[in-house]
Amino acid sequence: MTEFVTIMIVKMVVIFAAVMGTMTYITLAERKILGYMQIRPGPNRVGPWGLLQPIADGIKLFLKEDIIPDKASKAVFVIAPAMALIPAVMTIAVVPFGPTVTILGRPVDIYMADLNIGILYIFAVSSIGVYGIVLAGWASESKYSLLGGLRASAQMISYELSMGFAIVGVIMMSQSLSMVKIIEAQQGVWFIVPQLFGFIIYITAAMAELNRTPFDLPEGESELVAGYFTEYSSMKYAMFMLAEYINIITVSGIVTTLYLGGWSGPVLPPLLWFVIKLLAVVFFMIWVRATVPRLRYDQLMTLGWKVLLPASIVNILLTPIIMKIFGYL
Amino acid sequence: MINYLPILSLFVLAVTFAFGTILASHLIGPKNPYREKLSPYECGMPPVGNTKERFPIKFYIIAMLFIIFDIEGVFMIPWAVVFKRLGMFGLIEMGVFIAILLIGLAYVWKKGALEWE
Repeated sequence: MTEFVTIMIVKMVVIFAAVMGTMTYITLAERKILGYMQIRPGPNRVGPWGLLQPIADGIKLFLKEDIIPDKASKAVFVIAPAMALIPAVMTIAVVPFGPTVTILGRPVDIYMADLNIGILYIFAVSSIGVYGIVLAGWASESKYSLLGGLRASAQMISYELSMGFAIVGVIMMSQSLSMVKIIEAQQGVWFIVPQLFGFIIYITAAMAELNRTPFDLPEGESELVAGYFTEYSSMKYAMFMLAEYINIITVSGIVTTLYLGGWSGPVLPPLLWFVIKLLAVVFFMIWVRATVPRLRYDQLMTLGWKVLLPASIVNILLTPIIMKIFGYL
Repeated sequence: MINYLPILSLFVLAVTFAFGTILASHLIGPKNPYREKLSPYECGMPPVGNTKERFPIKFYIIAMLFIIFDIEGVFMIPWAVVFKRLGMFGLIEMGVFIAILLIGLAYVWKKGALEWE
């Protein structure tokens, strides 16, 4: 029992630190890649090649004045950023980074928990993050925040539907909700091949769920200043950013697990394969940000309700036929 | 239940981290508040009117539709896990269910609940 708890805590700290580290450098990678795509160098003053930029940003945000507007509902205003971050961190628990390996003579899984309801757990916990955003918008007592929070919640719940329906196809093929079992079911063919349609729906809906460009209306700076976190400063503002970038890692991890075969791949160790695939998905999201302009709000709602939702339902009906063709049935 | 222990411990870590850093930065950061700084941001102008604005009822309809469709989604996930064992019966049953769902969506669409002007 003591050994189990020790392994658990060590694993938790290592995974948490690794995700935090990756997250800070994804912010730099995003600025660098966007920079080069727009033919400018991006951050390059702090440290060689701008490598110390995320650390400088972190320290700066940490040391800034913590402003609580006098009209704001104080308790909710303080709790809201934490409520956005906590679910984001908790979803990491079931992302399977690698299979069981032997460290110091003991078998250790490179994931925190393999729940038999894995994917359902991710959906349940990640949707709690919406509360953080709605409450932040409501508690700030600012018009921009309120509108930003409303927009964000409407957008996130609209796209959550298509996301949920899109993964039904994957569950039908893997016959399990466990993340590890889903990877094991992809030893032959990655699910991106039979579930290509579902993959396109999922990644579009996931980007909307993350409020990434081209779906970043909740924080559309040209109309809403910064949306739901307009009134936030210092570490509370950083908390929303942390939550956003941790969610990017989690979503990329889910895409890798559900559609790209997880840790499976030739020659290289499984953990490395998982990281490569995960970073490829992150790069894809940054690439989309540099390429596609922001949608209008009515276009956003039309895409969610009139295109992705019917398409994801049709995908469920198509899946048995696809499974017959690929010989799963 | 032992499977859920890592999740509980991660929850404790996340809560400690979130509130710990918020509290620490609150204590470390400078404090120099004045009335203008603490008023809601409105592009530098004095704030106009009430901050609890009225907002379109559209958002309410979207929330209601979400609950309906989300519950239907909840039915599909357990079905998807066992649908091979249910065989043809399960497939036709779910086909009927999805057909009703699509009729519902078509009705909502026709009624104009999905329009944003």
